[in-house]
Amino acid sequence: MRLQEIQKKIKDAFEVFDHESNDTVDVREIGTIIRSLGCCPSEGELHDLIAEDLLSQVSSRMVEEEEPTGYIRLEKFLPMMVKVLLERRYRPIPEDLLLQAFEVLDSAKEGFLTKEELVKYMTEEGEPFTQEEMEEMLSAALDPETNTIQYRDYLAMMVIDEN
Amino acid sequence: MGCNSSIQYEDRKSEKAIKAAVLIQNWYRGYKSRLELRRRQAMNIFESIEYADEQDQLQLANFFSFMLENYTTNNKDSSESLSQLFVNTTKRKLEPETFIRNINVPDTYYGPRLKFPLTFSDVILLIDAFKENQILHARYVLQLLQEVKKVLQQLPNIVPVTSTLSKDLTICGDIHGKLDDLFLIFYKNGLPSGNNRYIFNGDFVDRGQNSMEVLMVLFSFLLVYPSDVYLNRGNHEDYLMNMRYGFTKEIMQKYKEHGGKILRFLEEVYTWLPIGTIIDEKILVIHGGIAENTDLNILKQIKRNKMKSVLMPPITHSGVNLKYGHHDLPLSSISAIDQLSKIEWEQMVNILWSDPRSKKGCHLNTSRGGGCYFGPDVTTNVLDKFALKMIIRSHECKPEGYDICHDGKIITVFSASNYYEEGSNRGAYIKLGQDNVPRFFQYQSNHITQGKTLHERVDIVESAAFKILGERMISRQSSLIKAFHKYDPNNTGKISVRDWAKATEEVLELSLPWLSLCPRVVKMIENGYVLYEMGFKDMPVVKAPQEAKSATIETLVRYRSDLKIIFNIIDRDQSGLISMDEFRAMWKLFSSHYNIDIEDAHVDQLANSMDLNKDGSIDFNEFLTAFDVVHRLDRNSVKSQN
Repeated sequence: MRLQEIQKKIKDAFEVFDHESNDTVDVREIGTIIRSLGCCPSEGELHDLIAEDLLSQVSSRMVEEEEPTGYIRLEKFLPMMVKVLLERRYRPIPEDLLLQAFEVLDSAKEGFLTKEELVKYMTEEGEPFTQEEMEEMLSAALDPETNTIQYRDYLAMMVIDEN
Repeated sequence: MGCNSSIQYEDRKSEKAIKAAVLIQNWYRGYKSRLELRRRQAMNIFESIEYADEQDQLQLANFFSFMLENYTTNNKDSSESLSQLFVNTTKRKLEPETFIRNINVPDTYYGPRLKFPLTFSDVILLIDAFKENQILHARYVLQLLQEVKKVLQQLPNIVPVTSTLSKDLTICGDIHGKLDDLFLIFYKNGLPSGNNRYIFNGDFVDRGQNSMEVLMVLFSFLLVYPSDVYLNRGNHEDYLMNMRYGFTKEIMQKYKEHGGKILRFLEEVYTWLPIGTIIDEKILVIHGGIAENTDLNILKQIKRNKMKSVLMPPITHSGVNLKYGHHDLPLSSISAIDQLSKIEWEQMVNILWSDPRSKKGCHLNTSRGGGCYFGPDVTTNVLDKFALKMIIRSHECKPEGYDICHDGKIITVFSASNYYEEGSNRGAYIKLGQDNVPRFFQYQSNHITQGKTLHERVDIVESAAFKILGERMISRQSSLIKAFHKYDPNNTGKISVRDWAKATEEVLELSLPWLSLCPRVVKMIENGYVLYEMGFKDMPVVKAPQEAKSATIETLVRYRSDLKIIFNIIDRDQSGLISMDEFRAMWKLFSSHYNIDIEDAHVDQLANSMDLNKDGSIDFNEFLTAFDVVHRLDRNSVKSQN
């Protein structure tokens, strides 16, 4: 992809969240923007990215909570994001790797996860889901008749969805 | 030793599991974000069209002023009666109490029969009835409006509220006829009562399907708990706005016989709604916002009931050029009627229409065409000047139902979830706790999208947004083609995507990411060039009579709402009919003011051919409906009905 195309893609995504058309977005939307550009940073990687690369030159206040506040300017975001995309950082996860991940969680090797198993892993391990995220995943993933997640089918469907 | 290796094995296993979990969580969050981007894009489309619509109102307001200016002094014929209608529109008499009391409620009516003074159990009956989709009889509607007017007339413009520890205070924003949201709030937060006080910050009506029921519930709670329920006027508590945004239509559909009377009463009742509340002299609650010259002292002593509608600004006969928004109003020789002074008018419009922005200073609100954009410095100045701590306002739809800006001094609360479309946004309300620290509660009423996945919900919002975009494009189709030709002087039939985006933004006057939207909207792109003659994807069609010329069709689609308002005003007795003479005179004025190039004879012909000329009168609703827009999906369902 040529540099121009990459820059345009980034600007387009940025624009969607630039409510006042003044080339700034709320820092709380940065994660969504970065992910919508096809990157898959973890929450931790995202936090580091914002803290190190983006907030250092922005007039903002770090409040007592962990959540950063303030605005990110396009002129700061653009070069950083171009670099991320050119260096192919935080690449999206290939389907076969995802399948393996589900298989790891499927300790009984039955080809499916029970609802309880999935909920436990997603809300208690790793970078836990919020209740909302969990419900949303279940609404598409859960087979209501068996109360299980047939993860092969689920992944296949998600891949189609995205394309 | 055996133990050690099994522990190590366990550790490795759970380490693997954690890594797997993180992988899946990562991936899912990426997927969610891409959907969120599409949802936001759709919301941006909705928002810019909504604001562009509001701007169009300016043209209508100009037209009214133009009418009053040009036709009161000069013309003696039928046009004089036309302008008289505009002048007198505020002076239509209300039904006397005795007449209302004598409206007969038939035995076949099984809805609630209200007795006045209202009690709490009456309101419960009302709520239960509305849950069963019953319609309150017109007589009770009118009686209720009568009683509410009496209560509202006693209130000052800005109603003081004192918070107390023993009573909860909840603030809700725009509801826009979403009865299920109102019920959801009551379910989560309890019904209004002596111990559970509520402030409703305007925009109760328009857009949603149950504006009437929302209004009846709010008004009846006001009657039962007049010291604990506070209703502020919003920019949609305006009888001309209602004509444009759906409430008038809802009333005429639900109340065929007495709808006209209800509308006239509403006109008045709206003007008596207070414009704000002030909590502990520290927190100002108003619908829109402020401007740099906002002066509470002026606002407190205005005769607020003189503001009939934002579309009817005051007219003076002084030598000074009046401004409405960014346009000059024509000078007029009409003597001052019962209207506000220019300063008072501006103060009120700013309160009802302004929006906060991060840019400093006070600028004209170009999106909406009325009110200001006010920056954090304006907020600080106004708050300091009147010793206030913060302003709670509504007026703007927010994805999360609320928003905080200007360093915590401006809070927006918006209580209509799924405002643009199912799945577009959450609603929220605020509870003020100790020391008046606000707590936010969110919700989203979900009965259509229940059971739908995130992906399906975003699909719904997105296709709705593109649907109304298509409507806008079709109503300006010939201007678009003309603009495309400008960029294609050699008539090749194609223009670059860049030029296409420029032309489209110029004609539609919507600042959207047209470069990105292009592939979604046009049928053929080749090597970065748009084959514009191939047309647009998924454009709606207008089911118009054959005789109608395309210019006429476009005009009628584009100015549908304006025309509806104008005809409604002329139709004094709300019969749905106006005389052919009035229709012709109105059309002539309209097309000259709006610079429309259609022969009057053609319109006449149309009306005749459509058999709408009923003994010298025309059914204008039928006329306008004949030019309705039909979308591809709707078309399919219409076909199957035949």
